[in-house]
Amino acid sequence: MIARNITTPLALLALAAVGFVAVWPPTMAWAAAETQTFIKDFSFAPLTVKVGTTVTWVNKDDEPHSVVSDTGLFRSSGLDTNESFSYWFDKPGSYQIHCSIHPRMVATVVAE
Amino acid sequence: MSDEKLLQSRRNALKCMAYGGAGTLFVLAGGVLTPVNLATAGDYGKGGTKEGKPLFVQISDTHIGFSKEANPDVAGSLTQTIDLVNGMAEQPALIIHTGDITHLSKPAEFDLAQQLLSGLRTSELHTVPGEHDTTDPTVTEYFNRFGKASNNKGYYSFDHAGVHFIALINVLEFKAGGLGTLGPEQLAWVAADLQGRSSSTPIVVFAHMPLWTIYELWGWGTGDADQLMSQLRRFGSVTVLNGHIHQIVQKVEGNVTFHTARSTSYPQPAPGEGPGPGPLKVAPELLPKMLGITSVSVQPHPRVLTLADTALA
Repeated sequence: MIARNITTPLALLALAAVGFVAVWPPTMAWAAAETQTFIKDFSFAPLTVKVGTTVTWVNKDDEPHSVVSDTGLFRSSGLDTNESFSYWFDKPGSYQIHCSIHPRMVATVVAE
Repeated sequence: MSDEKLLQSRRNALKCMAYGGAGTLFVLAGGVLTPVNLATAGDYGKGGTKEGKPLFVQISDTHIGFSKEANPDVAGSLTQTIDLVNGMAEQPALIIHTGDITHLSKPAEFDLAQQLLSGLRTSELHTVPGEHDTTDPTVTEYFNRFGKASNNKGYYSFDHAGVHFIALINVLEFKAGGLGTLGPEQLAWVAADLQGRSSSTPIVVFAHMPLWTIYELWGWGTGDADQLMSQLRRFGSVTVLNGHIHQIVQKVEGNVTFHTARSTSYPQPAPGEGPGPGPLKVAPELLPKMLGITSVSVQPHPRVLTLADTALA
């Protein structure tokens, strides 16, 4: 499952592919960054990523989990084993997340 | 499975069974809970009580859609459960499902659950959602099917046989890192619902997550449950039921009896055993002993509620 905003970096990629990358401001060079992280043993790994990174969470537990932003910015469905959810962190900040099924599971994603 | 893991599972299984024990009968009289030996308590194996009229059966945590090793056939287990209830000598007036009807809130899971539950001879079904029923992004699948009773709020009340039932929802307003939450709006509604009600009215409160803190680290509790309990304290007989933890735990506090039901899908570890409250794998022959229902009967004079747990095997 992919959050709706993932289409944006793909569009940027498409632009890059046709040669815009050469004139693109250096701050936009992050467009293609991707990070995968596992949800395992009822915990999220804390993450620090570059702004513009798409983070993909993959559930490695036998129990479903979800990835929900505390502020309501994004919310995955319940992810069964090996299902994943992606979100593109397009703005710098500190993002608190939790699992709506096991609200004790919390972590922070820092985009800088 | 390694020997060590198997041993661990057995140990967990035995621990869980020690919590519950198939078919212990608890007679509740004026808030005093008295265990009665099943051998002398009549026909319990069929999920009924000898004394009192079967008021309702609590089914919980059916988790339709789950298919992992801990129970590859949860639909079969629910069917077995329904057969058990349908086989009771006297049918209960109501069925209460305390949530986690589905595993992943998928439409097909809800459809199958509803199809199976419609096989119950007792047709009056009251539900509350579990957190597994509200994981769809729009949180609408549960409410589209079961929201009518509560006008899509998730909480409602009704009366039957002189007993006042209150259904509560504590799986929506999760605060990160916290326990379940009832929230001020729902608590205010409970206060209004109870206002003017005689303290001699037996009250049955049911929700998915425990309304008492069983194990905070796993979120097995409800953060603002104290505000609910303070409203219930004046009543002479209060029974508080939940599911969520897939094992029997109970306690009595004054006139209030707290009781958690088994699931019909898979057991979970005892509090704090392992990394989290996931499915507990046990030997296949042990599984049906760890799944089951709670049945509650009522006697008219004096009005006494009787709780009994029955395992599938």
